Amino acid sequence: MIPELGHFALILAVPVSLFAGVLALLGAHGNDPRWIALARPGARLIAFLLTLAYAALTYAFAVNDFSVRYVAEHSNSLLPLPYRIAAVWGGHEGSLLLWALMLAWWACAVSFFSGRLAPAMRARVLGTLALVAFGFLLFILCTSNPFLRLLPAAPEGRDLNPLLQDPGLIIHPPLLYMGYVGFSIAYAFAVAALLAGRLDAAWARWSRPWTTMAWVFLTLGIVMGSWWAYCELGWGGWWFWDPVENASFMPWLVGTALIHSLAVTEKRGSFRNWTVLLAISTFSLSLLGTFLVRSGVLTSVHAFAADPARGIFILVFLAIVAGASLLLFVWRAPRVGLGGRFALFSRESLLLANNVLLVVAASTVLLGTLYPLLIDALGQGKISVGPPYFNTVFVPIMLPLLFLIGLGPFVRWKRDDWREIIRVPGGLLLLAIFIATLLVGLKGSPAIRIDRVLLLPFLVVFSLTLALWIAFAAFFHLFRQAKAGRGAGGRVAAFIRQPLHFWGMHLAHLGVAVFVAGVAIVGGYAEEKDVKMAPGDTVTLAGHSFRFLGVREVEGPNYTALRGDMEVRQGARLLRHLYPEKRFYRSSAMPMTEAAIDAGFWRDLYVSLGEPIDRANPAGEWAVRVYEKPLIGWIWAGCLLMAAGGFLAALDRRYRKRLPAAASAPLPPSSDPA
Amino acid sequence: MKNKFAWLLAAFVAFIALLGVGLTLKPQEIPSPLIDRPAPDFRLARLEGQEAFSPAEMRGKVWLLNVWASWCDPCRQEHPVLVALGETGKAPIVGLNYKEVRGDAGIDISRMAAEVEDALVRERVSRWLAERGDPYLVSVLDIDGRVGIDYGVYGVPETYLIDKAGIIRFKYIGPITPEIVKEEFLPRIQELQGDPAAGNVSGKEAKS
Amino acid sequence: MKARHERIALIVGGILALGLITGLVLYALQDNISLFYSPTEVKSGKAPRDRAFRIGGLVEAGSLVRQPDGVSVHFVVTDTVERVTVQYKGILPDLFREGKGAVAQGKLTGEDVFVAHEVLAKHDENYMPPEVAQSLEKAHREGVGKAAGTPAP
Repeated sequence: MIPELGHFALILAVPVSLFAGVLALLGAHGNDPRWIALARPGARLIAFLLTLAYAALTYAFAVNDFSVRYVAEHSNSLLPLPYRIAAVWGGHEGSLLLWALMLAWWACAVSFFSGRLAPAMRARVLGTLALVAFGFLLFILCTSNPFLRLLPAAPEGRDLNPLLQDPGLIIHPPLLYMGYVGFSIAYAFAVAALLAGRLDAAWARWSRPWTTMAWVFLTLGIVMGSWWAYCELGWGGWWFWDPVENASFMPWLVGTALIHSLAVTEKRGSFRNWTVLLAISTFSLSLLGTFLVRSGVLTSVHAFAADPARGIFILVFLAIVAGASLLLFVWRAPRVGLGGRFALFSRESLLLANNVLLVVAASTVLLGTLYPLLIDALGQGKISVGPPYFNTVFVPIMLPLLFLIGLGPFVRWKRDDWREIIRVPGGLLLLAIFIATLLVGLKGSPAIRIDRVLLLPFLVVFSLTLALWIAFAAFFHLFRQAKAGRGAGGRVAAFIRQPLHFWGMHLAHLGVAVFVAGVAIVGGYAEEKDVKMAPGDTVTLAGHSFRFLGVREVEGPNYTALRGDMEVRQGARLLRHLYPEKRFYRSSAMPMTEAAIDAGFWRDLYVSLGEPIDRANPAGEWAVRVYEKPLIGWIWAGCLLMAAGGFLAALDRRYRKRLPAAASAPLPPSSDPA
Repeated sequence: MKNKFAWLLAAFVAFIALLGVGLTLKPQEIPSPLIDRPAPDFRLARLEGQEAFSPAEMRGKVWLLNVWASWCDPCRQEHPVLVALGETGKAPIVGLNYKEVRGDAGIDISRMAAEVEDALVRERVSRWLAERGDPYLVSVLDIDGRVGIDYGVYGVPETYLIDKAGIIRFKYIGPITPEIVKEEFLPRIQELQGDPAAGNVSGKEAKS
Repeated sequence: MKARHERIALIVGGILALGLITGLVLYALQDNISLFYSPTEVKSGKAPRDRAFRIGGLVEAGSLVRQPDGVSVHFVVTDTVERVTVQYKGILPDLFREGKGAVAQGKLTGEDVFVAHEVLAKHDENYMPPEVAQSLEKAHREGVGKAAGTPAP
């Protein structure tokens, strides 16, 4: 009964979103206040219906209702409750429902926090979002309905894919979808602005916090995925240039460009066309990512079961969403003025370079991801484009970008003279080169490995220099603000009183520095050994000795595992025991490697079990993989800092200021004085 | 009036076209090389009975060869459809059980004697058929998957339609559904059975 | 005058950068894509000798042999027509099994032995990498083609 209720809510949401979308857009076009007024309740009604549908599906999972086909296929009565709830998005249908739910929630949030938007503009934004939701809901109902019954009911469910039975991966998809879907707000703002013919600083200011929040979620989602791959796949890598990873990375790159471009549009009124195009591209790339992952056109470790009908539907959806907005853009863009002019050397021009580099980088990733498809479509055979391509192309494009990150904040808007400002950044850069060279000199030249371009020693020094340079520049700006601060409460208070967006920007840039340092050091100095170990054997790696004490069988809630015991010593001192596992999930009969990691600030120690040398004797010798990965944690820490910076920037109080016209807004006025 | 942004649209259309072409490049849609060729011969143990089964026994009949395994989830889905098809008696179905034990990733056969594997296969197949119904005229056991390789099996379940002369006329990869039976199999079966001389073959009669 | 200089500098710089990136992409694509070959194609000399490619097929039952060091292995990949020996040093993936599909990436040495630096196994029971499926299908087409040429037994 409950699943039928959810099913009904889902079906009802389809006409509601269609009508809400069409009426709001028509109302805004004809300036009819009654129809415009429908936009907000419409968005909230869609959010309510989808929440109901999602709750009903979650309920079916919680009570093990295996008469629902989707539940039977993705859950199991042995599965612990938190995983059963998470299993709702463990398959194709449920994850799409989650996607739609998040879209509805984002739109609902806009309906609440858009008090200072003109009602017609708000109606355009919400109308666009409602139409996107309509397309998506139609897709769910036609090709991927999670509420279909299975009669007679299955006595027991299949299992949730064991790969997904991990806290890291289970929150990875929702974060990623929050990001993907969040960019629909930037998209809707861009479409609304094009429809209204109002591309101005105010438009940029409205869409900035939303875009930044979406970017924060996408960043977190990607970090989660990377961290999961590191912990769970047993290969010790953190990025594989897998098509599915690329699918989320492309919108991130273009989204990063969008954030910076929006800043220029807001501050200086420049780049308007470009910003709109980026907003459209970012969301379109999110949809493209969905298409690539779901349609099975690309082979990947992650790919969901392929279904041609789904592929065609998403492709048509993508063509309509991106195509219609592009058409609108091509029609309207030539009429948009140029905005503020700027000189060759100015903050604008550097940000333009930043944008171009990010977009070029995203294009090379897109090319590498789709190249196999292109070759196949031309009948030239099956090929794969591996990590070497991406590393070769991507790293050289990123290096100048890293240089610009440090330089940008030194340069004034509109026009600057490099001779006047060269002193400080030049000095910081020299200092960075000196320290980086010194560090690498002290540590010793990194091992060069073939097949991994990143590992050239020169590149390590170079990347480290840039990381230090960004960090120095960020600290310089933070301390200069503190020094310049006067007034009540002294310097510290002045420091703290800095606007959040200032903090956010430098924190995010600092995150880039931390990230780059991690990548450079892991790339240059990670050590690994694949060895055969009998119980009692010891292997030494990077000053640590690993003593293998053997393997024994242990029982998990829904799996049996062979658990290795590895005693780790630094010199003579016992550090700890690590317990890598080889799991066999009972219901899906799939083996899984569970690496054991001793994570630290300076290094991770990573042990994973390969296979027993003699399958008949798992108590005997094993092939074991041991890694020492210096600073690998910095990679994720850096990304978290970036996300935290974005979060602070999105909270900046100038976005929360209300216009007097918004007095009729449903929320009480913000406690923050304007 | 030339629009300086129009090239964007052209590029976008080309891009969508590429993705559209990509969608058609499905491995499932590669036509099988076995179509209109004699079904590869084999001799395999039956689930019941002593002597080995060979497709030659089916000469003169229009029949189906269904490749399945109990570890294969889509097989579970299609089984009721097979049972229903068997009950109509339109054509006899031969069940080729494919790598019942060694195909199951949860079982390690490296320390398993051949006789043990054989017995385990028989037990699992019998249990499946007892629980879910037996649509098969004969069940044969391809324990090591050699015959599956001859037939180019690349994902269970697969279903082959073989005519009176032993020629493969149609192959379906993936679980069959009532629609597929109705639209793909039944018309072909009827057409192939057109020759009245050998028309009185049906699953029920042949089985009893 | 100044503005024109700036514009020229910008255009020249832009073209240079574009050329540089295009060159980089072309170089990387030429060097770092790997084509997929089946054992039959390898044996008939179609696969390159000097550069990396991928080979795929079924791991022949009973062909996996471990060296005394425990992490060097060799096994035979077959498309049911031809067989190629693959050498690999490292830990095999979880789903690697004899009798199942696998894809190896690496280079061919003089003695028709494929030295792999990466081995992938198929990821799900009812799924095979499409390349493997296609190559089995292709090998089969050729094998059956040959059989059809001879009179039926």
